Amino acid sequence: MKDIDKWNEAVDPDNLSDDENMILDAMGLNGSSRRKFLKQVSAASLSIYASSFFTSELFANTMKDLPEKTTALLNEIKVNIKVNDMVKPLTLDSRTSLLDALRERLGLTGTKKGCDHGQCGACTVIIDGKRNLSCLTLAATCEGKEITTVEGLAKNGEMHPMQQAFLKHDGFQCGYCTPGQICSSVALLEEAKNGEVSYVTEDLKKVQSGLSLSEEEIRERMSGNICRCGAYNNIVQAFKEVHTGNDEMPTWEFATQEQMDKAKNA
Amino acid sequence: MRPFTYTRANNKEQALQAFTATSHYLGGGTNLVDLMKEDVERPDQLIDVNNLDYKKITSNDKGGLTLGAMLSNSETANNKEVRTNYPLLSMAMLSAATAQIRNMASNGGNLLQRTRCPYFFEVSMPCNKRDPGSGCGALNGMNALHAIFGYSDSCIATNPSDMCVALAAIGATVEVQQADGTSRMIEFTDFHRLPGDRPEKDTTLSQGELITAIHLPKAEFSDHYYYLKIRERSSYAFALISVAAGLQVESGVINKAGLAMGGVAHVPWKLTKAEEFLAGKKPTTENFEAAAELEMKDAKPFEANKWKVDMGKNAIVRALTQAFEREV
Repeated sequence: MKDIDKWNEAVDPDNLSDDENMILDAMGLNGSSRRKFLKQVSAASLSIYASSFFTSELFANTMKDLPEKTTALLNEIKVNIKVNDMVKPLTLDSRTSLLDALRERLGLTGTKKGCDHGQCGACTVIIDGKRNLSCLTLAATCEGKEITTVEGLAKNGEMHPMQQAFLKHDGFQCGYCTPGQICSSVALLEEAKNGEVSYVTEDLKKVQSGLSLSEEEIRERMSGNICRCGAYNNIVQAFKEVHTGNDEMPTWEFATQEQMDKAKNA
Repeated sequence: MRPFTYTRANNKEQALQAFTATSHYLGGGTNLVDLMKEDVERPDQLIDVNNLDYKKITSNDKGGLTLGAMLSNSETANNKEVRTNYPLLSMAMLSAATAQIRNMASNGGNLLQRTRCPYFFEVSMPCNKRDPGSGCGALNGMNALHAIFGYSDSCIATNPSDMCVALAAIGATVEVQQADGTSRMIEFTDFHRLPGDRPEKDTTLSQGELITAIHLPKAEFSDHYYYLKIRERSSYAFALISVAAGLQVESGVINKAGLAMGGVAHVPWKLTKAEEFLAGKKPTTENFEAAAELEMKDAKPFEANKWKVDMGKNAIVRALTQAFEREV
């Protein structure tokens, strides 16, 4: 058997490795649903999913030592940028946004530049515990602030539960908005704990801490993060899993052979 | 973006002293930095006032609350005193933008938001607000989203703020530091100005004046309130039309009404006639409709934004109804 064929082979449900069992547990697939799932999935796709469990380091890049001064700067400012518990003194053009400082001067390219005008949320980072847009934040204003980017969420080689939930629930397609979605979601967990309100909160006067957010609330509160692939259902599901602590079922499942045939002949 | 010098002020004296004719104070930056990227705003200097000590919410001598100008919109809207006594203000502020932007935006900065008129944003287009004397592109252009009240031939843009609509309904006062170090108070309805022949001036602030606080009167609309925001998508969009409605109802009669509209004029549009009409009347649909009619009959829409008249009427009635029917 060629290697390639082996990868395309269906996984034998009665002969799983510990790792494979762990992945399926994490996906909330047990008993008959696990059998059904495995019939439709090849070893290759399971290992693609699995790879995420073993590459947490990839999600936890640290600052790179890029040149102190890259080009001629106008109106130089000096600022100590503290990102993910590391501090770096930078000399910057006063016009530099935090987003550009992170990406171009610190090599932290996890934070994405979408619209660069505060309309999409791809550049969301957490500053002093609050979600902010790094594209509209001038780096000059960040002296003394604690910034957390998507690279700073994983701890001790373990992804943040929100990162794991996004993987489990397939909360993305192209992935470009994902770092912003995840940072936003992580900050939202705290906002709910603190009892912060939103426009759709029923009664602004009677709100306690430790809010349990409905889907409507989650959607309203995540509206600053646009996903052009439209992975919203899965993003909400991923958020819910971490927010409630319950094992949420993924909203998707593989099509059956019958459904596939029907679609082909339609 | 054009080059500018960055100055961090640690107190109001430093901020006032550093100010020059081509300077801008920098708060949250959510509007200013964006406009600088668009080349609409072109300051030579930004004076960062984020370190200034205007970040508290305190009681004032009118029996109301005073909101620090440098407090963020989200901290203000979530403050327990604000939420329970001025839920209309919280609701309006929470309808604006997104959690990220509300975390950044300051109260003072919210009052100074510039219009979202597309001719103002696009530097290749004429716009008297951006470039005085260049003409108004919207007057005979695409003006479906523009003003129906109080505009002039030089500008038909609208004020984009939600917070300001609630502040107009509540009747706030703005405190500013003047260049000579003294402070002055501005009634909220006098703070923004109609375009007239100087649309480049959005407010009645003099050069270099710095907003330090917003004073709220004694809370009157904490039971019956609603901020209705009609927009093209259900979240994260500017208002097509919005209505802030507060009612004080005693023994089945309206004691006092606080009403203002957004998305219809160069300023948050205070509905004084409707407020006066409703005082002493019963909170019935007929009275709400009559109040709405009284305001909207003065509207002077363009061909493309005629829909704002009917929508405005319905929005006033709906906001009043929601405010009245809210369970206390």
